[in-house]
Amino acid sequence: MTAEEFNEAFALSQFLPGPNVVNFSVVFGSRFGGAPGAAVALAGLMGPPLIIVTILAVLYARFGDLEVLGRILAGITAAATGLLIAVVAKMATPLFGKRWDWAPLVAIAAFIGVAIMQWPLPLVFAVLAPVSVACAWMTR
Amino acid sequence: MNDNPLIALAGYFALLSLFAVGGANAAIPEMHRIAVEVMHWMSDRQFADSFAISQVSPGPNIIIVTLIGYHVAGLAGAAVATAAMCGPTCVLAFLVARTWDRFKEARWRIAIQAGLVPVSLGLIAASAFVLARSADHNIYAAAITAITAIVGFATRINPLWIFAVGGLLGLSGWV
Repeated sequence: MTAEEFNEAFALSQFLPGPNVVNFSVVFGSRFGGAPGAAVALAGLMGPPLIIVTILAVLYARFGDLEVLGRILAGITAAATGLLIAVVAKMATPLFGKRWDWAPLVAIAAFIGVAIMQWPLPLVFAVLAPVSVACAWMTR
Repeated sequence: MNDNPLIALAGYFALLSLFAVGGANAAIPEMHRIAVEVMHWMSDRQFADSFAISQVSPGPNIIIVTLIGYHVAGLAGAAVATAAMCGPTCVLAFLVARTWDRFKEARWRIAIQAGLVPVSLGLIAASAFVLARSADHNIYAAAITAITAIVGFATRINPLWIFAVGGLLGLSGWV
């Protein structure tokens, strides 16, 4: 795979819904070996983590009530939330930095719909995505 | 939805996988809404714990659905939830990969991609909001979140170090 092919596969997996890394493994694997290649790449990506996380799930089911474990996980959640805010800030910088057009408004509407109003994601998506894509179409 | 939890897991996560533009991080609010608010599968804290475990586990973050599935219906639940979250989008990825070359330069393709970026930004921001509400139940947890946000924005530090510090601060009783 050349660097350009890699970028193409990456762009495609970003374009598709669902877990991006999982999509990437399917696109990457299918380029090399069709459907079997995609299956092997997916199994390679997901297999070992699934075994590990299943063990963690069993341990959590058994020890999840321990206060000390709860405190550790609460600390990790607080830190992981901060990292997520950093991701949002990094994504928002180019979007909000330019002149104030439709894109920031769509982002704010999606946030309010899902976080504040707690509307179902498919509903918010069905309303906002067509509007946003239409705006992107016209502004180009 | 049906009373059988496996059917509910399969239905909700298969549907969610097709709307999760921006990946696992964008899907967190809807998972929280379903698992905690609608189906009452788990408590707010259990959801936050599952998120923490999925973050420190190796592999893609979407693996949180495996934890939710296991919590709901054991090993069968874990398998069904994972397959439902990854299956539809994998099939879609496989099919689109074969025709991608034909439309990658198309104007509608570029418009869709550009149009979905702000939607996924809003969804990921909503994830951060939902998690902050679960996690930051005191001033110390909120401080950890705030400091981590600044460090994460300003540096390219490996997240595992940040999780380690967060876990230690939690262990020491500050959170």
